[in-house]
Amino acid sequence: MTTKPKVSKAELAEQFRAFIDPDYVITDDETMKPYECDGMSMYCEMPLLVVLPETVEQVQRVMRICNENAVPVVARGAGTGLSAGAMPNKEGVVLSLAKFNRIIHIDPLARSARLQPGVRNLAISEEAAQYGLYYGPDPSSQIACTIGGNVAENSGGVHCLKYGLTVHNILSVEMVTAEGDVVTIGSDGLDSCGMDLLALLTGSEGLLGVVTEVQVKLLPKPEVARVVMAGFDSVQKGGDAVGGIISHGIIPGGLEMMDGHAIIAADDFAQAGYPRDAKALLLCEVDGTEEEVLEHIAEAEEVFRKLGATSVRTSRSEEERALLWKGRKSAFPAVGRISPDYYCMDGTIPRREIANVLTQMEQMSEQFGLRVANVFHAGDGNLHPLILFDANVPGEFERTEAFGSSILELCVKVGGCITGEHGVGVEKVRQMAVQFNDEELQQFHDVKAAFDPAGILNPGKGVPALRFCQEYRSLEHKQHKHDHTEAAHG
Amino acid sequence: MADHSQQLKEQVLQARNAGHKLNIVGGGTKAFVGRAADPDAGTLSLAEHRGIVDYHPVELVLTVRAGTTLTEIEATLAEEGQILHFEPPHFGDGSTIGGTLACNLSGPGRPWAGSVRDQILGVRLINGKGEHLRFGGQVMKNVAGYDVSRLQAGAMGTLGVMTEISLKVMPRPAATLTLVQDMAMDDVIHYMNSRAAEPKPITAACWHDDKVYLRLSGARSAVEATAEKWTGEVMENGDPFWRQVQDMQHDFFTGGDPLWRFSIGSTAANPVLDGAWLIDWAGSQRWYRGKADTKQMEALAKAAGGQVSLFRGGDRAGEVMHHQPDALKGIQRRVKNSFDPDGIFNPGRLYSWL
Repeated sequence: MTTKPKVSKAELAEQFRAFIDPDYVITDDETMKPYECDGMSMYCEMPLLVVLPETVEQVQRVMRICNENAVPVVARGAGTGLSAGAMPNKEGVVLSLAKFNRIIHIDPLARSARLQPGVRNLAISEEAAQYGLYYGPDPSSQIACTIGGNVAENSGGVHCLKYGLTVHNILSVEMVTAEGDVVTIGSDGLDSCGMDLLALLTGSEGLLGVVTEVQVKLLPKPEVARVVMAGFDSVQKGGDAVGGIISHGIIPGGLEMMDGHAIIAADDFAQAGYPRDAKALLLCEVDGTEEEVLEHIAEAEEVFRKLGATSVRTSRSEEERALLWKGRKSAFPAVGRISPDYYCMDGTIPRREIANVLTQMEQMSEQFGLRVANVFHAGDGNLHPLILFDANVPGEFERTEAFGSSILELCVKVGGCITGEHGVGVEKVRQMAVQFNDEELQQFHDVKAAFDPAGILNPGKGVPALRFCQEYRSLEHKQHKHDHTEAAHG
Repeated sequence: MADHSQQLKEQVLQARNAGHKLNIVGGGTKAFVGRAADPDAGTLSLAEHRGIVDYHPVELVLTVRAGTTLTEIEATLAEEGQILHFEPPHFGDGSTIGGTLACNLSGPGRPWAGSVRDQILGVRLINGKGEHLRFGGQVMKNVAGYDVSRLQAGAMGTLGVMTEISLKVMPRPAATLTLVQDMAMDDVIHYMNSRAAEPKPITAACWHDDKVYLRLSGARSAVEATAEKWTGEVMENGDPFWRQVQDMQHDFFTGGDPLWRFSIGSTAANPVLDGAWLIDWAGSQRWYRGKADTKQMEALAKAAGGQVSLFRGGDRAGEVMHHQPDALKGIQRRVKNSFDPDGIFNPGRLYSWL
């Protein structure tokens, strides 16, 4: 896609320093080091240079210079991504939006907020709280991740089933194109004329443009929220209870599941009082008005008992609710304590396949000789298997990656997808060939070219070059008996 | 009730080879939306390409062929106590899910329940090269590849022939109730937005003819407690009112005057124009019947943070969508070209230049 850059590092830095504070045009290895990876630290690359503009006009000029000289540009927010989507390109520029960190305006009556892209996700809800409002999507990294990155990844969180993903919670974005134009997509209104470019941009992983402003919707904070915790003696029963609660007509604010390994690790860490002998644990948060929550809590308890829960406990206070969530929210670091390293996967499956997939994953765990703990957004069928490994043992990370690939392929086989919310980035670019055929991947490349004819925006991420796909698929066919492509497209 | 996708694909390839254009038609109930269809283009009918492909009530996911009627879908969902949450307008018995998505049409609950676009999980689509492609899927969360499925919303069939659509469905609320009271237009914008900012089970807010209508839906206890707390009379039977607004069967929508749709900021002061208004979506969607000047309306819509389009009647040979800035025109032209390089599908239906 990209041709060889036409300028040297020194020339490029000089051009940027003509209009950006020279302290924020970073060219030395030591200062650039923190930018070599994002939250997916297994994938590293040093960039040519890093630039931190502070105005939209400066972003435009950076883009124009890079576009003219075929220099790759990797936009970066807080760098919390989990698919190496913000990993630098060694011949390219890292364009950090860190200085765009201002909440421009909150309109309490219209229930919306205008934000610069570097505003942290949690900061939006903190600022909106004074008006009784909050921002819906709440990815686990919300304390650090930015709204610009959320748009790039279409981030979710624990409340998606009821409140939607980023794409459902934004009104408009201002974007600088690869060619340096500024466009506003969307408006203060709910629907705009013509094809839905706002949806196309959301989740495009920095391949279509650089977001410089985001207008989000805010929601009224529910009067009350309570959690029903239910333990089950098998993953089958836990999985069935997920479907049971939803088909009963209750849409929980959050519906999370943990398997036996995760329950013990999380309870050791948080002392949340989880049933340690359970093989599956559900946390079902019901929110709304006082009356509605009372009604739904009673129904949820009954549904869980009827479906064979071995224990049911409902939070009676805000403290108790926080404690029950504490175990879930600290599950990743808790698992981190029982293993030197862990690798977090992110596939989505139809909810009815939960028990089947967890059982198969246990079998794979034995085959690969690696432990796996499961903590996931059960309401959405979004799995986060944590594969436990030790990076210091030669070959163990490679084995972990192979295990991870097998999990994602299983997700596709049962009707799901390779990534629910972490994005493709570099990490899952090969598995794209499992979910999509060559014509579909070519269509993605053509869409990309419509926005970025020179191919400078985040090259090599998100969509694989077609020649690699054939190789990957044929490799897979040799390794496994089943035909993944047929499973995805049959 | 059959899969005609292979024939549809062949028809596209024939048109491509012959250098012909195609107008994509489902039930034909939305011929009045968008610019007038190109009279020289052939017809690609999806009316026979219908039927439910997959439906798992527990998953809240439905997959249907694009030519399936809304009536059939809603009858199937009703058996399981589920609904299309976006309340699609029916412009006749033949209205299809494909046309609804292509035109991005949603009913009174849209600000709370989301639009048709919001519920879309995946599509299968035949592009202008005659390739039958699959995007998205049948799961709630899926960020693999660009969101080509939702891109189709509002594209009016200019990017390809949608053959299959997967979407999220929801349980029917246990109780619904409508409150009505007298209110002048000057007061209603603030009132509707204030109510929407409360954490109560409000699911629609509409104003017409000096009356404001608020709908409450959800758990019975919550609906009744809120109705007690808020002002307004409980309507004896509110559902027919919302149905009339949803399907544009309300008296406001009858008659020959051009119908304009302002999609603007919910709190923006109402544009000052001679004519009649119906305000929906708690102020985000305002319908106008009148003969105001297009340029003036576009300026007013822009000042109100949004856009205006000519929804029905008036001059369908001119532009009916809000004027697009050059940079966005360029992007949309190139996106169109990436799907339909020969410009086969619905030429000029969305914009004169697309």
